[in-house]
Amino acid sequence: MNLKDFKLESQREYWAKALVELGKKRKDIVVLSADLSSSVKTSLFAKDFPERHFNVGIAEQNMMSIAAGLAACGKTAFASTFAAFGTGRVYDQIRQSIAYPKLNVKIIATHAGITVGGDGATHQIVEDLALMRALPNMTVIVPADAPETYRAIKTVADYVGPVYVRMGRANIPTITNSKGKFKIGKATLLKDGDDVCLIGTGIMVSRCMLAAHELKKHKISARVINLSTIKPIDTKTIVKAARETGGVVTAEEHSSIVGMGSAVAMCLVENAHVPMKRVGIPDVFGQSGDSDELMEKYGLTAENIIEAAHDVLGRKGR
Amino acid sequence: MAVYDKRLISKLERKANLIRQHVVRMIYLAGSGHPGGSLSAVEVIVALYFHVMNIDPKKPDWPDRDRFILSKGHGCPTWYATLAEKGYIPVEELDTLRKLGSRLQGHPDMRACPGVEASTGSEGQGLSMGVGMALAARLDRKLYHVYVMIGDGELDCGQTWEAAMAASHFHVDNLTAIVDRNMLQLDGPTAHIMSVEPLADKWKAFGWHVTEINGHDFKDILRALEKSKDVKGRPNLIIAHTLKGKGVSYMEGAVSFHGKAPTKEEYEQAMEELGGKA
Repeated sequence: MNLKDFKLESQREYWAKALVELGKKRKDIVVLSADLSSSVKTSLFAKDFPERHFNVGIAEQNMMSIAAGLAACGKTAFASTFAAFGTGRVYDQIRQSIAYPKLNVKIIATHAGITVGGDGATHQIVEDLALMRALPNMTVIVPADAPETYRAIKTVADYVGPVYVRMGRANIPTITNSKGKFKIGKATLLKDGDDVCLIGTGIMVSRCMLAAHELKKHKISARVINLSTIKPIDTKTIVKAARETGGVVTAEEHSSIVGMGSAVAMCLVENAHVPMKRVGIPDVFGQSGDSDELMEKYGLTAENIIEAAHDVLGRKGR
Repeated sequence: MAVYDKRLISKLERKANLIRQHVVRMIYLAGSGHPGGSLSAVEVIVALYFHVMNIDPKKPDWPDRDRFILSKGHGCPTWYATLAEKGYIPVEELDTLRKLGSRLQGHPDMRACPGVEASTGSEGQGLSMGVGMALAARLDRKLYHVYVMIGDGELDCGQTWEAAMAASHFHVDNLTAIVDRNMLQLDGPTAHIMSVEPLADKWKAFGWHVTEINGHDFKDILRALEKSKDVKGRPNLIIAHTLKGKGVSYMEGAVSFHGKAPTKEEYEQAMEELGGKA
């Protein structure tokens, strides 16, 4: 098994497909873009529902607060831009206009992480999960692939309150099936195993699957969990897996000091003391490059996960 | 030109005076707050709530109501006092301003206090929210009007101008912004901190219909607010020339009372000047 065995699909296309379907059914859905509608694919919604799409230009602060105003009057507002501009650039607008008053605004961020590629560090946000996790009232979702993105968007539209959904730019391996309703706050078991638990989020879930496959060759049975809701975190599933396998590896395309791995670490330190290793981007900014090269450069491959698993296994039962 | 009944004007003037007394007492009891920018905003907010806006205090969530946003959230004592006088909240509750567990937070919390339409405090966001509300009315084919009061200090914020551009671009005409032009901000005169003039020309250049008024003269205020509803195809801006700390002699034009409570002696003097009981 390697990455080429998976079908590669675009999260952005699936998000847009879900959005257009929602727009047909629900008149309360409005969409906001900030001069990136063709990149984030809200242009497809705009084509079908021009009166319900507002392109505010390169003015993300304005976009977030306008979305809040629309939501305060009963609209379900989807504000979409690149993750770098939809979080850090507008943190205070999200904090005051959206999260504090718990308004029904969905921030749909694409182009997160280093897989943005050639655009470089200015566009490769690796700390957005930290910002969004820190906000009271905010739900944080990172779908693992395109079909899960589609299902997550449908669920998010029904949930009343602020949500941050993170996706990448690249086409990524499809590993989930597209059946069933996405449940906010529920981690899913993709592969059972007893020796170690690999918890992935976003694009790294596929790398966890590859790592588990390789580990099996060495008679190591790895459990794989897709942690697609970062907040509220599924403590029950994480603690159960930690207790049953005795060791945890987390993997994320995000800074490893403030993202999903640290959320899992907090969960374990209070509930189940097992060896743990975090795979993620070290505390550095990214750079330009091909996305696969960057994944290798910053330690985000199946091999890095396997190495981390061996480290955890070595510390088990000490 | 509209002629206003003398009784209406004197009713509004009495209300404004009563609200000034509430504001001074609330901030004195809280031991902190922003008297200067609260007092400069009194007449415009009173005119909106007691004559202009289509609202029902018994139904604060009525979907067809006119909306008011206080983008300069630090002026909220005036908003709370007006809401209390209008019947949204009990008048006695005003004394809980800034106290633990109070619905009257130091800056407005729309989830806590009935009648508060938006959570503000971090400056420069209210006009954008107002654009969103005005667009929602258009989508729902509702006739409500959205009023946003912005402080002249908020004219420093880039987002205010992003919102100004967007309102004009989207031809939002059910939106009226009122600048509380009291000429002072926390650090000193607005002209020294960051030049914003020529203000009317700037807003006109952004596509707004602009009116300048005396923000303490009810006839001027009512005329401008009512006229703003008739402007079609573009948003309205009213520059309300006001006096920071209006009504309390030692607070008038005093930068020092931007954000501090009066002492006991100052409080007693203020109430005497306003004809109230300390």
